[in-house]
Amino acid sequence: MMNERRAKVDESGLFAALPTIDEEVSRRLHRRLVEAANAAGVLDVAYRTIDTPVGALLLAATQKGLVRVAYASQDHDRVLDGLARDVSPRILQDPARLDRVAREIEEYFAGRRRVFGVPLDLQLSHGFRRTVLSHLREIGYGQTASYAAVAKASGNPKAVRAVGSACASNPLPVVVPCHRVVRSDGTMGQYVGGVEAKDALLTLEATA
Amino acid sequence: MSQKPFEEIVAEHGPTVLRVCRAVLGPVDAEDAWSETFLAALSAYPRLRAGSNIEAWLVTVAHRKALDHVRAASRRPIATNELPERPARDSGSAGWESGVWKALEALPLKQRQTIAYHYLVGMPYLQVAQIVGGSQDAARRAAADGIATLRQTLLKGESR
Repeated sequence: MMNERRAKVDESGLFAALPTIDEEVSRRLHRRLVEAANAAGVLDVAYRTIDTPVGALLLAATQKGLVRVAYASQDHDRVLDGLARDVSPRILQDPARLDRVAREIEEYFAGRRRVFGVPLDLQLSHGFRRTVLSHLREIGYGQTASYAAVAKASGNPKAVRAVGSACASNPLPVVVPCHRVVRSDGTMGQYVGGVEAKDALLTLEATA
Repeated sequence: MSQKPFEEIVAEHGPTVLRVCRAVLGPVDAEDAWSETFLAALSAYPRLRAGSNIEAWLVTVAHRKALDHVRAASRRPIATNELPERPARDSGSAGWESGVWKALEALPLKQRQTIAYHYLVGMPYLQVAQIVGGSQDAARRAAADGIATLRQTLLKGESR
């Protein structure tokens, strides 16, 4: 969490006896800051990562709900930079706020959960893309729909490509099931987390 | 340019700010002052001007939070007798070698502050002066006097 940086001008050597800042102190101070920040209502974005069969997922939540899920291939540091820019830079690692989401995702990958119940914050998605996301949530567990069908359901049958890009920019993959959208010829098509991850999720849902 | 996630600010500058708090306040109040500093900084972070020197900003906030502690301590009644063989008061004092804080504590506050900001953070005296007030030369003198006293106290302690 914290990297001890040697004071650059302690030429006197007099401070060598000051206590070092070990992991335990860093963790204690970090935990305390997170608690105080939550109590003061100034922690705008809390995040953590969890390990899943499709790799480490970054989970981030505002005070309204889950705002971002990201695959490792999307580069978690870049995703956090994006959250700082698009939501708020008041970001801290805070596993507790993500406890419920993490538990639901673990249950999902264990085949014990079909629907996610956590509140979502869709602020990273706008306009037609947001409409598409709301229709994605109507595709049930173990089902698939074609890009064309989702375009039609979203009120614009010609916007097949736009549905593709809405899926590609889905800020909440896994939880908002863009992996259930496939091509009209039955082949999988692209996926924000990579084709292998899409295959893994569809296989999980077909067999669980 | 947009701002970094605050988590990175804590990782990057947390240790330096803690060293400053420890040198100015000692083991008991240092972690409280650190926490107050970073909470205030988190709160104000989105309003920080682009391109600001984040380390100087944090040290300035820590300076004010430490002053609050010094003032509060000066209002508290002073125990007339120090308890003999007092055990470490809390986890905050873990790892302190006896003598260092005692030697720092014996210095005037301004000497402790200038030493911390110049020697532990590495700030030039011009910047130190902007934080503690007064001139650059006065800051340099305060730090030099403090270091001389510290050297004397600590070396004397060693030869005992």
